[in-house]
Order: sequence, then C-alpha cells, then structure tokens
Amino acid sequence: MKISIQINEGPYQHQASDTAYQFAKAAIKKGHEIFRVFFYHDGVNNASRFTLPPQDDRNVVNQWAKLGIKNVDGEPELVVCIAAALRRGMLDESEASKNGIDANNIHPAFRISGLGQLIEAGIQSDRLVVFGD
Amino acid sequence: MATKKFIYLNRRSSFGTVYAIESLEVVLIAAAFEQDVSLAFIDDGVYQIVEGQNADGIGMKNFSKTFHALGDYDINKLYVSAESLEERGLSADDLMPLVYEDEDDDWVEKPSIKVVSNVKLSKIMSEQDVCLSF
Repeated sequence: MKISIQINEGPYQHQASDTAYQFAKAAIKKGHEIFRVFFYHDGVNNASRFTLPPQDDRNVVNQWAKLGIKNVDGEPELVVCIAAALRRGMLDESEASKNGIDANNIHPAFRISGLGQLIEAGIQSDRLVVFGD
Repeated sequence: MATKKFIYLNRRSSFGTVYAIESLEVVLIAAAFEQDVSLAFIDDGVYQIVEGQNADGIGMKNFSKTFHALGDYDINKLYVSAESLEERGLSADDLMPLVYEDEDDDWVEKPSIKVVSNVKLSKIMSEQDVCLSF
C-alpha cells in the first residue's frame, strides 16, 4: 500500500513525530511504500539539523533522516511546509540567501516545499495518516 | 489527476492555536487541485465561522472573512455539528451567512453551511477518501 504521513507537532514537546516514525518504520518493514511525509504547523521543527538531545535520548531528526524516504529521482520525500517553516525560523540554503539571512537549519534529508505537496500526497496515496492532537 | 473526496475537520477555535488559520490555508491551496472538498466544524471549531469576529485587541489577523471566498472556489459543503453548536449556546443564526452561486441552477445564491447531527457527520466522514484533521 502507498502511504503518506502528515505530522502536525514539534519534536520532544509532543509524541506525534515519534509515533509517526514508529508507524513509518513498521509500514516499510511490512513492505508498504511511504510516498511522502509532510511536516506542518510546529511539525516543521522536526527538520532542524541543529537538534541536540542529550546522549541517552533519541534524536528525532536523525531518526527521520536515517529512514531516508526518497522518490525515484533520489529527492527527499520528507517535505517541510514552506510557509509554516519560514514563519518559525526554519530555512534551507536557498531561502536563507533569498532573505539575506546568514544561516540555514533544514537537515539535508528534508526539503522545503508548498502545501500543494500535501494535497498531492492525499491524491496519490492509498492512505494519508495524520499525527498530532 | 484523479478526483478524490477530501474533508477538512476543523476542531479548534480561530485563535489560541495556529490550527484554524493553517487549515484554511490548506483548503485554499487544495481548491487549485479540483478535488471534491468538504469542511466540517466540530467542537470549538464551530467558533471559526461565528459572525462578527474582531481580533483588533489581540494583534492577530482576523481571517474569518476569508471563509466568504470559499464559494468562489467551488467549496460549498460546510457541515457544522449541531451538538457542538448547542453545547456552546450557539445556533445557526450566530454563524456567518456563507453562500455560493449554483452554476447548475442559474447561478442562484445558496447557503454553503449545513447544520447536521454528529451521526450524520460521521456518515459523511465515512464516505470520504482523505480526512485532514486540524
């Protein structure tokens, strides 16, 4: 089955991203395809490459990165909503330089894109599963 | 591209959290994909379409006027939970008069909002392909 995931909450504050990760891992193990993971609302904070949890805790961002969800062209299918990301100070290299900001924090296993990617995931997938409150 | 039935569940009030406005942003983007779109307002979500909202005092954008534009995007199925209204001391008269022009009926202006029971709403939800919850 082709599955997409939407994550609406940030890491560590809320378990949504952890549960979604466990779900994705289990689905892949069962032979399902994760078409896309879309990060919205505070969920965009799951893409910060500056995330540094204590050593005895899981690293939510690296967990997702390691899962390495990509499309046939090798582009990441961990997609961060651009509007939600920018207003929360989450920038990739291109958005940083476009806005004259001297740093970027989106992990390279993720990419920034628009809300259309969420709708497209809903259309293309057999199931769209939403994680959050 | 295939057409699917999308429903957006709005469960929270306009302000206090970001879910209401960011749900509306998805709905407006979705309009461009020519899908079958419905909106449901349940729990505190019914406050999103209450008439006469004013956010001046809290420094937030009053985005409730945007709901009036939905009819122009062929989004005209707005279901409101009767129980959620009643629990909050509200009635259909407290809601914004949201309308659309029916192209199959000589562009007659018709109401977009339908107040329905939770039983009916769960039936509507079960008929959808994609359910986005905010």
